[in-house]
Amino acid sequence: MNARFLPLLATLAIFLVAYAICYAQYPAMLSTRVIGNLLTDNAFLGIVAVGMTFVILSGGIDLSVGSVIAFAGVFIAVMLRDTGLHPLVVFALLLTLTTLFGAAMGATIHFLEMPPFIVTLAGMFLARGMAYVLSIDSVPITHEFYDTLQKIYWLMPGKGRLTLIGGLMLLVFVAGALLAHRTRFGMNVYAVGGGTHTAALMGVPLGRTTVGIYALSGFLAGLAGIVFSIYTSAGYSLATVGVELDAIAAVVIGGTLLTGGSGFVAGTLIGVMIMGLIQTYIIFDGTLSSWWTKILIGMLLFAFIVLQKGLVWTTAKRRIAGG
Amino acid sequence: MSGLGVFFRRIWPQLLTLAVIVGLISVMFPGFFDISIANGRLYGSPIDILNRGAPVALLAIGMTLVIATRGIDLSVGAVMAICGAVSAWGITAGYGLGATLLMALSAGLACGLWNGLLVAVLGIQPIVATLILMVAGRGIAQLITEGAILTFNHEGLIFFGSGSILSVPTPVVIWVLTGALVTLVVRRSALGMLIEAIGVNLRASTLAGVNTRVLLIAVYMASGLCASLAGVIAAADIRGADANNAGLWLELDAILAVVIGGTSLLGGRFSLIASLVGALVIQAVNTGILLSGFPPEFNLIIKAVIILIILVLQSPAMRTLLVFFSRDPRGVAETEKETVTP
Repeated sequence: MNARFLPLLATLAIFLVAYAICYAQYPAMLSTRVIGNLLTDNAFLGIVAVGMTFVILSGGIDLSVGSVIAFAGVFIAVMLRDTGLHPLVVFALLLTLTTLFGAAMGATIHFLEMPPFIVTLAGMFLARGMAYVLSIDSVPITHEFYDTLQKIYWLMPGKGRLTLIGGLMLLVFVAGALLAHRTRFGMNVYAVGGGTHTAALMGVPLGRTTVGIYALSGFLAGLAGIVFSIYTSAGYSLATVGVELDAIAAVVIGGTLLTGGSGFVAGTLIGVMIMGLIQTYIIFDGTLSSWWTKILIGMLLFAFIVLQKGLVWTTAKRRIAGG
Repeated sequence: MSGLGVFFRRIWPQLLTLAVIVGLISVMFPGFFDISIANGRLYGSPIDILNRGAPVALLAIGMTLVIATRGIDLSVGAVMAICGAVSAWGITAGYGLGATLLMALSAGLACGLWNGLLVAVLGIQPIVATLILMVAGRGIAQLITEGAILTFNHEGLIFFGSGSILSVPTPVVIWVLTGALVTLVVRRSALGMLIEAIGVNLRASTLAGVNTRVLLIAVYMASGLCASLAGVIAAADIRGADANNAGLWLELDAILAVVIGGTSLLGGRFSLIASLVGALVIQAVNTGILLSGFPPEFNLIIKAVIILIILVLQSPAMRTLLVFFSRDPRGVAETEKETVTP
């Protein structure tokens, strides 16, 4: 069997075992209601994690996404409050803005040859600062279009609700998987993650790919911001602090190699679901405190990083042994 | 050139930046330099910059060493929260001041040891290795404080936040002493050079006989120790341990201080004093924005602009441009050797 699939299988196994443990204690966990809530509550995280998967597959990192989500929420809320524009127009404006923002960061990374870490750190400060400048207070969104959006859902068997934003997240995952595994852009992302020099020698357009990756991450962060504003009906500049860490953790738990070049978009979905499951379990339990979420996610991160390291090490050894 | 001359050539861009910012503030606020003594302690805006800048300055000392080895330590903010929580817990549980401080510093060292083992023994990239503690650390701190803000009234511990030694605020004394001590240790021995060697080429230094494994672990432990000092100061300052907000985003400020100090994120040559001046630059900007009555929300945008300017000036592409436009190849060689800073 291909060693590439091992981290993905490990993720899947952990998810199933964790769900089985939860089910053994609380049989209600297997209802479609819980699954529907799991999808709805983690919709924004899932969408932003798809963008993060592409960034990490290329060997980069994007620290700005949490701030971009907060900026998106405030931008939508302020635009709807102060102008008579229809939400759809505001959405289009916002997505253009965040895509350009991501593209600008990608261009800085490529043309100035700077580490993605520090460039996106500047982007994080900038986006959060712009959100503060627009409004420090939480701005409520009261638009009838939002009410209709929030009421759309598909009743699953067992009375679980698949909401619009939960469905949108699944759609983004499908689109992301197709983009990663079935298009030239996806192949280029994997190639860049495998090594920029090799990729350049293979004829991969480095500049276009890097700009495209960060533009995609910016676009999806904007989309996650829209989803988050539908989820909370408000825009708040202090919201979603640290979501970039959650997204990175979800990608790593999903089995994507942090050095780039190896991983699957589908794994990230399972990673997001594992993190959501831990939170749901803690809520079901009621006696465990919320900080156990952070500690458990940290432990999972550690386990997966060590697993990846072991895999890389054994494959390298086998290659040497095989001559 | 004499040693002192070389030293000033290295840090003049940072000193100039600090001077320009302080100059701008003092032009707008003529009373900026008024320093008074009340209750046996110095007061005034310049003292305030030195005092408020203490946590970032302390973190920057450890971060400089880590970045010089081509690493990065994202966990320092979380380690601050852990050590603040440990010190508050220790003092409220009735342990003495000495035992409490010892526990807090040991907690910092243990966190550093964990990071160092992951990086040096398991060979995990530093960003990823320290990310684990960054995510889990605040959870651990909350575990210690049991989710509440642990407050305390112990005079001895509060002294580290708001006391003064010879009318100088204690935090200032601590970071200046730590900075001087670490500089002395790394520059008066071969340690500094060995750390730089690791940053330039880890494999080559190992082959040359440097014990890179032990040295890397030691560097991360030094960073953990600096973070624990900063954590104790932050907790003593507010007389309580706030696991959620203590040291929040300070890892980014510390990295920024090191970058302003002209130490390359790609490892190699470093200057502790330039990083400390960098930390003061950040604090001067913060204080300046507060004094000027600008809404504090501009703070982040200004920081972002500063990072962008430095990035452009430090970037390899910019250096190529400099080589292109320079007529004197020797001059280029000189600038090439030094890290280009604003």
